[in-house]
Amino acid sequence: MKPPPFEYHRPQSIEETCALLASLENAKVLAGGQSLMAMLNLRYLYPDHLIDINKVPGLDEIAITGDRLSIGAGTRQRRIELDVGVRRAMPILAEGLALTGHRQTRNRGTLGGSLCHLDPAAEQPLIALIHDAEVRVAKAGGQIRSMPMEKFIAGFMQPAIEFDELVVGVDFPLWPATHGYAFLERARRHGDFALAAAACLMTLDAAGRIDRVAIGVGGLGPVPYRLHAGEGGLRGQAPGEAAFAAAAEHLDALEAVSDFHGGAEYRRSIAKALVRRALALACKRATAGGVQ
Amino acid sequence: MTEFDITINVNGEARACSVEPRMTLGDCLRHKLSLTGTHLGCEHGVCGACTVLVDGVSARSCLMLAVQADGAEVRTIEGVAAKDGSMHVIQEAFRRNHGLQCGFCTPGMIMTALELLGENADPTEAEVRDAISGNICRCTGYMGIVAAVLDAAATLRAGGARG
Repeated sequence: MKPPPFEYHRPQSIEETCALLASLENAKVLAGGQSLMAMLNLRYLYPDHLIDINKVPGLDEIAITGDRLSIGAGTRQRRIELDVGVRRAMPILAEGLALTGHRQTRNRGTLGGSLCHLDPAAEQPLIALIHDAEVRVAKAGGQIRSMPMEKFIAGFMQPAIEFDELVVGVDFPLWPATHGYAFLERARRHGDFALAAAACLMTLDAAGRIDRVAIGVGGLGPVPYRLHAGEGGLRGQAPGEAAFAAAAEHLDALEAVSDFHGGAEYRRSIAKALVRRALALACKRATAGGVQ
Repeated sequence: MTEFDITINVNGEARACSVEPRMTLGDCLRHKLSLTGTHLGCEHGVCGACTVLVDGVSARSCLMLAVQADGAEVRTIEGVAAKDGSMHVIQEAFRRNHGLQCGFCTPGMIMTALELLGENADPTEAEVRDAISGNICRCTGYMGIVAAVLDAAATLRAGGARG
């Protein structure tokens, strides 16, 4: 229950971090450490080098520019959760973060760390996915590239970044102020990983029909899912229980996993119920005027 | 393995020691600084027993390296009672409300309660339960713990000494 030995590095800049990543064999980046430290203590991992980015400046900015919210990868989850501007512009993030671990882990855990860890039941990757977030990645040599969250998810707990790359920030295109949102999950205890989670965003047109909608499901399969087929079926429709249930049925086409917390069909059944409820709640909040 | 010389300000006192980089803050407090009030339970971030305050906010000391606390202000259970040994309002409330049985989770519970009451003077029962959701009591004595935190909040609001 103690970490294995490793060489410790504490770079002072993004460039230095990427240079270390490019030159060291078997290195891991230590951000908030709320997953990595547990994995080290349990000896799931034996890195030869640990690169601690907690002293790297410029990774913890929260900025709203026009219709875009940008958050530095090293920003602590608790700070994002309590940020007044974030709560107003992108309320689903605070709703999801309230379900992320506990206050002690959110005080240290970071947004970028969660995206890179990419636990299929985690809240932040799912929110980034339905928000069409762009993940900003720095590479040794100074280039920065941006990739959509959908592409960033390469596989089970596997982000699509190279060994010499560092996630430095996330850009969330904001939805109109009138949008509705909902993040719902089912866990055995508050703060535990979700057996299944559903996240939805919705806007209604002047006639009260569904205009834009985004649906995502976490905890069900090896990666967080976007329910494009369900979204397509809802666009232009009048909102209602039957329409929401039809959207949730698209979960049948997705791979579901079993573990000792719950079987695949149990998870799928919970996920369908959560999608229906999240759509109903997002719709209610949209009708009520969206973001308060 | 190269050791790092670090200085942590623990409970208002600068404490210097030398640590292997893989040593957690919790182990450093216990083994290097002889502050055994911080309890390590699961050592993988689930039980919350090892909760301390780092730069004023709660953190699991098993999920942080000691070398990362170099230069930080750390508050542990040993820094909660007054210098003369008189109990903090929260500690008194735990005793009065039977908020501890075996006592293993108590330091983590109290550090979490300190943070909560520092930012919310009048929490509801639901808010207290949410705040301590990351602290597991193996005696399952949550009723007494929740009552203690609410009682401490009331005492502090009535003008009891704030820690």
